[in-house]
Amino acid sequence: MAKRLKPVDVVLVGFGWTASIIAQELTEEGVQVLALERGMDRATVPDFATTHIQDELKYAVRGGLFQAPVRETLSFRNTRDQTALPMRNLGSFRPGAGVGGAGVHWNGQTWRFLPDDFVLRSHVEERYGAGFIPEDLTIQDWGVTYEELEPCFDRFEYLCGVSGKAGNLEGARQTEGNPFEGARSRDYPLPPLERSIGSLMFDKAARELGYHPFAAPAANTSRPYKNPLGVQMGQCTYCGFCEWFGCGNYSKASPQSTILPVLLKKDNFSYRTGCDVTRVLLDNTGKKARGVLYRDLQGQEYEQPAQLVILCAFAHHNVHLLLLSGIGTPYDPASGTGVTGRNYAYQITSSVEVFVDELINPYMGAGALGQAIDDFNTDNFDHGPEGFIGGGYIALWTTGGRPILQHHLPKDTPKWGAGWKKAMAENYLKSVSISTHGSVVSHRQAYLDLDPTYKDIYGDPLLRMTFDFHDNDYRMSDFLTGKAEGVAKAMKPRSINVKGRKKPYSIVPYQTTHNTGGAVMGDDPRTSVVNRYLQSWDVPNVFVVGACNFPQNAGYNPTGTVGALAYWAADAIRGMYLKNPGPLVQA
Amino acid sequence: MTTANKSPGAAAGNLLSRACAAASPSAWPSGAPDFFSRRRFVQAALALPAVLALPACGNETQRPTLSRTFFSADEYRFIQAATARLIPGDDKDPGALEAGVPVFIDHQLSGPYGRADRWYMEGPWAAGSDQQGYQLEETPAQLYRKAIAGVDAYCRERHDGKPYAELSSEDQDQVLHDLDENKIELEDFPAQAFFSVLWQNTQEGFLSDPMYGGNRDFAGWKLIGFPGPRYNYVDEITRYGDPYTMPPVGLLGRDGTRMRS
Repeated sequence: MAKRLKPVDVVLVGFGWTASIIAQELTEEGVQVLALERGMDRATVPDFATTHIQDELKYAVRGGLFQAPVRETLSFRNTRDQTALPMRNLGSFRPGAGVGGAGVHWNGQTWRFLPDDFVLRSHVEERYGAGFIPEDLTIQDWGVTYEELEPCFDRFEYLCGVSGKAGNLEGARQTEGNPFEGARSRDYPLPPLERSIGSLMFDKAARELGYHPFAAPAANTSRPYKNPLGVQMGQCTYCGFCEWFGCGNYSKASPQSTILPVLLKKDNFSYRTGCDVTRVLLDNTGKKARGVLYRDLQGQEYEQPAQLVILCAFAHHNVHLLLLSGIGTPYDPASGTGVTGRNYAYQITSSVEVFVDELINPYMGAGALGQAIDDFNTDNFDHGPEGFIGGGYIALWTTGGRPILQHHLPKDTPKWGAGWKKAMAENYLKSVSISTHGSVVSHRQAYLDLDPTYKDIYGDPLLRMTFDFHDNDYRMSDFLTGKAEGVAKAMKPRSINVKGRKKPYSIVPYQTTHNTGGAVMGDDPRTSVVNRYLQSWDVPNVFVVGACNFPQNAGYNPTGTVGALAYWAADAIRGMYLKNPGPLVQA
Repeated sequence: MTTANKSPGAAAGNLLSRACAAASPSAWPSGAPDFFSRRRFVQAALALPAVLALPACGNETQRPTLSRTFFSADEYRFIQAATARLIPGDDKDPGALEAGVPVFIDHQLSGPYGRADRWYMEGPWAAGSDQQGYQLEETPAQLYRKAIAGVDAYCRERHDGKPYAELSSEDQDQVLHDLDENKIELEDFPAQAFFSVLWQNTQEGFLSDPMYGGNRDFAGWKLIGFPGPRYNYVDEITRYGDPYTMPPVGLLGRDGTRMRS
């Protein structure tokens, strides 16, 4: 029997980036906000101290900061005619668990999606004609524009202390920055990080080919920084342990290093850890949420009443909760109707390893220290002759040289034995990798629903993922990989190793934790779960925030856009919803 | 597994007391069963060898003998032999054996990783496609136990009753290739499933922090040129092309023999 708790005004499911931002904003209105986090409590001290966090085995290989599949996983299949099987351990993607969420273990690569990304279908139809879009692609406009989100991007970048250089200030092209970016109202809060030798080599090669390289935007502080909330961050030391690790130096932006020191002092904010939210509870009309149901680590069940429920968990978890709670019509791929679980997407990555004569010292790095080109992203080039939609950036990242997972070996190196050992000795210090980070279109056969067989620890059905890359994505990725290969060759290397993305999608090798869709935003309740303010069309006192809102995925890391969407939704709730609770958009 | 310590020091003494504490019945096996993994914990505990070789507590001048926590003596001989082929070496140019990789694997398998504490291990079970990932009922610890028995039986059948550890280097290499290519049939799972875990764990042991028992004296890191988890490269990041000359350091300090118990 669930224990009924004292009501709160707002309950947040999850306590990562989006929950931290929304809690910080809504508590300014005086409302009582509670965050429920499934994982453990985590703080910079003691959890990320450099005396123990720089442990590749514990955190990167064994996944110390990640979601544990024993408690929460999903089932997976490539196509509908297969039987989905549970993801028993983590591979292709690694969601976080614990306070700060994946915002603790990310790299800090902080991009804004391009203006065209937010109106993708309209833009492609206008430039190439409606016939250019294959029939089974369900790409659509977001219902919000880049111009509307610009102030929100700006706030997230200043919250994080992003290091970078503007390429487009209020429409005026700048030297050095990304010439393809949308207009920004002001420059980044901090100058770019120091360049690594790899960055310089990539920059030179890309320039020779006529491309437009720039320092990638980094939520790793190039200088000491005090953010607008008054939280002090320290200068990044290039220790090379960002991704999969917490930052002990207050240099990588995370909820802990940017918001929590302020938020946790507020009397009208509280949070609980070890709380698995299993349902959003609806009243008997099904149109209003009463609160949420959750279990603690002992299995005790609680009902937490709230006026407003905001789902701020990882993309999969938000969609799982919506499906379990009966919010929104579940998507049916046979008829193409329904919305919850629709338009699941991912990203398609590839790399070219480059073996050089120069001493690289790859272990000196930072999660978002990189040089990139955006010449082949979104619609920055003519897609007419190529016949596909989308694109991605190409970058040389110097994120670190952790020996188990970050070494590169030339093609034809023996897999093990004396030859492997020799190649390790000869190449670890003299190799870099160029990566491509490609968009993925949404399509009719890629979706999330509930598994008919496999259950989680509470007896609820697992989320089921049915996904493969679309032919469009493979062609796009091959195109990007070819361009990356061109840059690699221009670096005049000893040798290169091209690692293209092979069919079909596999859940085994790590690719990226940029899972998107399933609760997409939009203007039309027939093709979106939430309206442009991320408010459920069906249950107006439920908001859903995160990468699950993306109607399709762009060719950038998503956190910058996720942060912007969190501010966007928070503004709508502060400015409109709290004053007059109800639907912010009439269906 | 006994290695004489030629340079006795305070660190060895510390480790000795740690190792002794770790081997006491109350402190081992580590990790209390939690609400969600009791079933597998009990299974793993039942599978463990009943008797532990206790370290020689009290002898301050020797590098401590680390007790096996998972493998039987026969299984351990297999692991020593196989990892020595996967990353070969000698005293001057250490490989997996010299770097303590068998110790590392042994300790990993008696811990949360060996028990698959974090994995989803509920049925029904099906082979699935390659794209669907690991679908075996065996935890890593169970995988090793069954596979080693199977491979040794395979070797005895073809090599006059000799287990893997007693084969020639050439024959040992051939068995590893055959495992990787699924040319050897094991009872419960494809041989490649075992090979890939063995090779993965061998690399982990060679290249992870020495406190886990492998990478002894930073053998793996010295081979490739990784100076260990260091805190600050602000001055060095822009010294393009300059070698970095500081010696390796681990999370427990400069002594690459220390192991966290």
